[in-house]
Amino acid sequence: MKPITAAVGITGMNATDNPAPGVAVARSLRHEPTFAGKLIGLGYSALDPGFYAEGLLDAASVLPFPSAGKDALLQHLRTVQETFGLDVLVPNLDSELRAILGFERELNELGIRTFLPSMEALERSSKAQLPKLAANPKIRVPDSDAFVTADAIPKLGQRLGFPLVIKGVYYGGDIVHTEADAVFAFHKYVATWGLPVIAQRYIAGEEYNVAAVGDGHGNTVGAVAMRKMALTDKGKGWSGVTVDNPELLTLAEEVIRELRWRGPLEVEVLREHDTGVLEVIEINPRFPAWIYLAAGAGQNLPYYVVCLALGLPIPKPAPRYRVGTLFVRISLDQISQLETYGQLSATGNISYEKKVQP
Amino acid sequence: MNPDPARLRDLAISDSGFVFDPFTGYTFTVNATGLAILQALKEGLSLDLIVRRLQDSFELEGDEDLARDVDEFCVRLRDQKLAR
Repeated sequence: MKPITAAVGITGMNATDNPAPGVAVARSLRHEPTFAGKLIGLGYSALDPGFYAEGLLDAASVLPFPSAGKDALLQHLRTVQETFGLDVLVPNLDSELRAILGFERELNELGIRTFLPSMEALERSSKAQLPKLAANPKIRVPDSDAFVTADAIPKLGQRLGFPLVIKGVYYGGDIVHTEADAVFAFHKYVATWGLPVIAQRYIAGEEYNVAAVGDGHGNTVGAVAMRKMALTDKGKGWSGVTVDNPELLTLAEEVIRELRWRGPLEVEVLREHDTGVLEVIEINPRFPAWIYLAAGAGQNLPYYVVCLALGLPIPKPAPRYRVGTLFVRISLDQISQLETYGQLSATGNISYEKKVQP
Repeated sequence: MNPDPARLRDLAISDSGFVFDPFTGYTFTVNATGLAILQALKEGLSLDLIVRRLQDSFELEGDEDLARDVDEFCVRLRDQKLAR
């Protein structure tokens, strides 16, 4: 296969203890021998750690905040294209997907390709709409409700019982044991992500995660299942291992079939302790932060998305991934020069002069 | 206590006693005796044959209740969902 020389823009360059997926997506593309393109890191702060990862990116740009509106974002992407080149855009944050889907046609006219779900599929995958997926008898979803006022909590508590899971509309979830804790969590998520907030029935069980890519016609391009082995105090995976559980993969395939999902997603699944039944607790409409594990295990899902965006062939079926492949995250200090930060702060853009390692 | 033969066969077991269950992603370690029991269970040996193999393989002091030990080990396997 001819090497891919496209310039790929990757959002989500924040990589703190609650990392965005951008760095992992970039590493996955660098991991692929046939990828010889440019990587443009796109973040929201000049201090996004991914901008300082030695040899990872060819260029970087600080995007306007979503509150600036989608026109400002589109205009900025035009500038990125003129400055560095931009053939493919891989957005990695839930909060930016709706805006990008809103100007997908304009991106296409500019020659910037994406491989994303339809707006309808995105809405159906949202936390607020998730229970409706259970209309498909092959997909079990815990009972949940979206609510917009703390006054609803007593009734929700009666219906769903305590403990209860309170979730932000885009990110985060707290297990709460009392109405008072639920009210506190409600206000926290309203302040962070806005309305609505979601209350979901708590299920005792083991969590598994499946990262997958759908082709938009109901077929699964590839899927990798993982169990988290260690969590941070925010509940984020700090290590994990690929598993061989056909039921998990079948469930993810059914979600993709039901939604006719196009592009990357993560299906979060709980296996109930007592019954062993699998329940979909969340669908994230993007790659997870652990996606480099998929590439490391032999199924490079970000690379497939870039190929599909460019209309290039991908292996069918996707190669089997290696079960028992482990990731263990690490915190380390990256050394940089003040000029890099200065350039990003002052202009919002930087081209890295040093040679990027393959 | 019925060990699940299919699940046991899938286990990845190292010589050092590190065990990985590819279905659940769980890992655990066993000592030399546990390793011998696991391997015997994978082979589908009965409790009597497992006890006999342990008697042949390990130096015993004479007051061990091997059948009870194997049974207790199987309880631990149930905790790992490897036995029903």
